Amino acid sequence: METFFWIDKLVLVVLLFLISLGIAAYQTYFERKLAGWIQDRVGPDRAGPFGILQPIADGVKMFMKEDFTPANADKWLFILGPGIAMFTSLITSAIIPWGTDLQLFGRSISLQVAEINIGILFAFGIISIGVYGIMIGGWASNNKYSLFGAIRASSQMISYELAMGISAITIIMISGSLDLRAIVESQHGMNWNIFYQPVAFLVFFICALAETNRAPFDLPECENELIGGYHTEYSSMKLGLFLFAEYVAMFVSSAIMAILFFGGYNFPGMDYFTDSPNLLSILSVAVFFTKIFILIFVFMWIRWTIPRFRFDQLMHLGWKVLIPIALVNMLVTGFVVALYENWF
Amino acid sequence: MESLTNRKVVVSDKPMTFMEKLYLPGILKGMLVTFRHILMRRKTIKYPEETREFAPIYRGMHVLKRDEQGRENCTACGLCAVACPAEAITMTSEERTNADKHLYREEKYASMYEINMLRCIFCGLCEEACPKEAIFLTDRLVPTQFERGEFIYGKDKLVEPVDHRIDITKRQFTGKRTTL
Repeated sequence: METFFWIDKLVLVVLLFLISLGIAAYQTYFERKLAGWIQDRVGPDRAGPFGILQPIADGVKMFMKEDFTPANADKWLFILGPGIAMFTSLITSAIIPWGTDLQLFGRSISLQVAEINIGILFAFGIISIGVYGIMIGGWASNNKYSLFGAIRASSQMISYELAMGISAITIIMISGSLDLRAIVESQHGMNWNIFYQPVAFLVFFICALAETNRAPFDLPECENELIGGYHTEYSSMKLGLFLFAEYVAMFVSSAIMAILFFGGYNFPGMDYFTDSPNLLSILSVAVFFTKIFILIFVFMWIRWTIPRFRFDQLMHLGWKVLIPIALVNMLVTGFVVALYENWF
Repeated sequence: MESLTNRKVVVSDKPMTFMEKLYLPGILKGMLVTFRHILMRRKTIKYPEETREFAPIYRGMHVLKRDEQGRENCTACGLCAVACPAEAITMTSEERTNADKHLYREEKYASMYEINMLRCIFCGLCEEACPKEAIFLTDRLVPTQFERGEFIYGKDKLVEPVDHRIDITKRQFTGKRTTL
């Protein structure tokens, strides 16, 4: 039993690793396609039919480039930066429940690598470590622009982590658990949290944009003023890792948003499939991924619609708008939950 | 002053209303605009596979015409070179021998005729100046090259092949001589 457990988990980890990287690669393709469509262009269409091989071409190009380390850079930190960024993006997918249990080889296989009961805290912890990659990379480059990018990234992260955490607390209050699977189960049957907590979702979504350094919050890497920000000095696959980490982070944060607000792998009519758990499992995974893809689409859609914030506007939005809204929302939710549970 | 277009907007710095300060309605409006663009038909012409349709009088790569019997029209009079504002055309003339009667239409012909496509501005004055209807601009494009020298087009590239005539009947400066 014990060995089977490890084999299951190992297979799941490898699969998740490949799927995350594959999805991240095709996100770059889709992002460029979408950018093209929004700007009345075609987008990449040369590599293979509809340009479907573009990510592979990009990857090959990244590997072929000269791997340059600036003379005055701190070599070890310079290498560590993109490593941390990629690692933290990938590791979060370990705690995400991807679907209901599979029944294979006479045993039940859980589609969640690590079933820890404080999943949401783990996610927040890892996401906040994510900025270390950017900070270390920007600092080690020994370049003013990179340092600026790193400073912006860290201050932005601190500002938006607060509002994000507070808006997540409302979800924890409603479902009464820190366990991601329990949160998903509590939304069974269209009891999605978005219907109870639209304000929290809005705050969380805006913060997620900021946490993943996506437009309109891509100040750490704005190419006009900072020439790429923290990755100015990076080249070859080290740059590739930074860019890739952003897309993996986008994928994972979409997954977390789907779990917290859109019922995770729940879908209406789920109870009809209780007789065939395997079919249910596959369907639930498909539904979960559909939700993730829709959220990723919204991420990209926003990027190609809105211009970038100015830095003081960013800070103003974070501290003076989002945190008060999240706080008031949390207090109201707490009060309602207390009333509902007959505490008075 | 009377504005020439109807796109004039008066700029004002009045304080924003509450709805405007929320930004979200504005952002949603913008997202609707971009979404509409996703669904729009794209006007891109994917060049190597499909080419843009040229006007019949498009001024592209030159051709030196032959007459109905396959003889070169050009008599190396040099009027095109004189007319050329970019000084892109040069030529050497020679007297036709009896043996070459089937190759050249008149007693004098161009033994060397060169157009520097990097100098040429495709104005079409050579076409206009030519009294023999020998040189015409066509709707063909001058392909890109890596070396400057390859842009100097000699007679090998300019004179139309006998078995592969280039149609110039839609052009402006054709007279009775050029039926092909």
